[in-house]
Amino acid sequence: MNNVHDMGGMTGFGPVSPEMDEPVFHERWESRVLALGLAMGATDQWNIDAARHARETLSPAQYLSWSYYQVRLAGLISQLLAKGLIDAAELHAGKALHPPSPITPLKPADVASVLARGTPYARKSSDAARFRLGERVRARNIHVAGHTRLPRYVRGRAGEIVRIHGTFVYPDSNAHGRGEDPHWLYTVAFTAAELWGKADNALVNLDLWEPYLETP
Amino acid sequence: MPRPAEPKAPPMAGSDHHDDHDHDDEHGLSGMALKVKSLESLLIDKGYVDPAALDRLVETYEKNIGPRNGASVVARAWRDHAFRAWLLADATAAIASMGFAGRQGEHMVALENTETVHNMVVCTLCSCYPWPVLGLPPVWYKSAAYRSRAVIDPRGVLAEFGVTLPDLTTIRLWDSTAEIRYLVIPLRPQNTDHLSEDRLAALVTRDSMIGTGLALPPDKVP
Repeated sequence: MNNVHDMGGMTGFGPVSPEMDEPVFHERWESRVLALGLAMGATDQWNIDAARHARETLSPAQYLSWSYYQVRLAGLISQLLAKGLIDAAELHAGKALHPPSPITPLKPADVASVLARGTPYARKSSDAARFRLGERVRARNIHVAGHTRLPRYVRGRAGEIVRIHGTFVYPDSNAHGRGEDPHWLYTVAFTAAELWGKADNALVNLDLWEPYLETP
Repeated sequence: MPRPAEPKAPPMAGSDHHDDHDHDDEHGLSGMALKVKSLESLLIDKGYVDPAALDRLVETYEKNIGPRNGASVVARAWRDHAFRAWLLADATAAIASMGFAGRQGEHMVALENTETVHNMVVCTLCSCYPWPVLGLPPVWYKSAAYRSRAVIDPRGVLAEFGVTLPDLTTIRLWDSTAEIRYLVIPLRPQNTDHLSEDRLAALVTRDSMIGTGLALPPDKVP
């Protein structure tokens, strides 16, 4: 989906403002939003790609005016509603009005091991890699309606394969319940001249799945 | 690169965390705090979350997982050539050997700065960040200003962090578009041959491992 989350290359947001001695959380509720998202994520009701897509489908005005944790909260609520785990009346009441779905909550004793295990995304595949190290490729000029990790600023641009990572869960499928659909994942390096038309001494590297790429 | 004078940036994703204060209730809780408290109560009532697990999660990221983890990895790489080679060849395994692994660091790649190449990490699409080694990302990393401009104007962004690199230095941006997470190994400061691993780690700032800063010279660290 072409939306404002895909902001690489925009220049109107002003300077970056680093904060000295920044706390991990600025408000207690931010820490609860993080924890609620992690705890619900651990129950496997949705995957990371679906969670990202939920945030990306916020309206542009909301996405840009809300803080990071406000966006995360909105994404979490939309997932809970979409999965039928809660409804709007319960959300309003702040208590259960209907029987729950059968979900085993994350236990305190399991927090450390669940975080340490993480969720690896590499998958076995019998497909051979289509591209080689050093090969020139072009990011396809595609505009999918759903979730994708191919930013607009590289579409149609040519670069070089600089790393081959193996086969990984494909977000465009995984976000929409179409399975993990693993594909080869590459790092592609684009010159600043190719992307921005200027001779800055810079390269921009992106991790791109094989379906995003074609032979130039 | 010169930029026109700009008004104060409007609140945007991740850049303003104080915009909920005008709705405080009689308990001093902001509108956001009340909203989150209500959702938490509902999810506990439903049996979907255990409040003690929530406390444990918060405590983990407030106290246990942060940029000191990454700094110890960098310090070891500076001192130990075999570890450095392992880190560059298989960062996930090398970092796991020091006890740092898991969520948002399942697939790690280490990027070594040199006299001619400076690496810098961004996530233009959201805010992907290597949690096991750096902890949770700072607000600026999640801000629209950084996410949008790092890839098109890296030298301008670096200047906002007080970093100026020679024109001959190639800047390599790494846009974290997949589940690979990147850790920058900054250049080792000069006159540090005699320092212990602990002292070296004290020179390694969080920003130097993102690529928006440099490691500190030893005389800048007490």
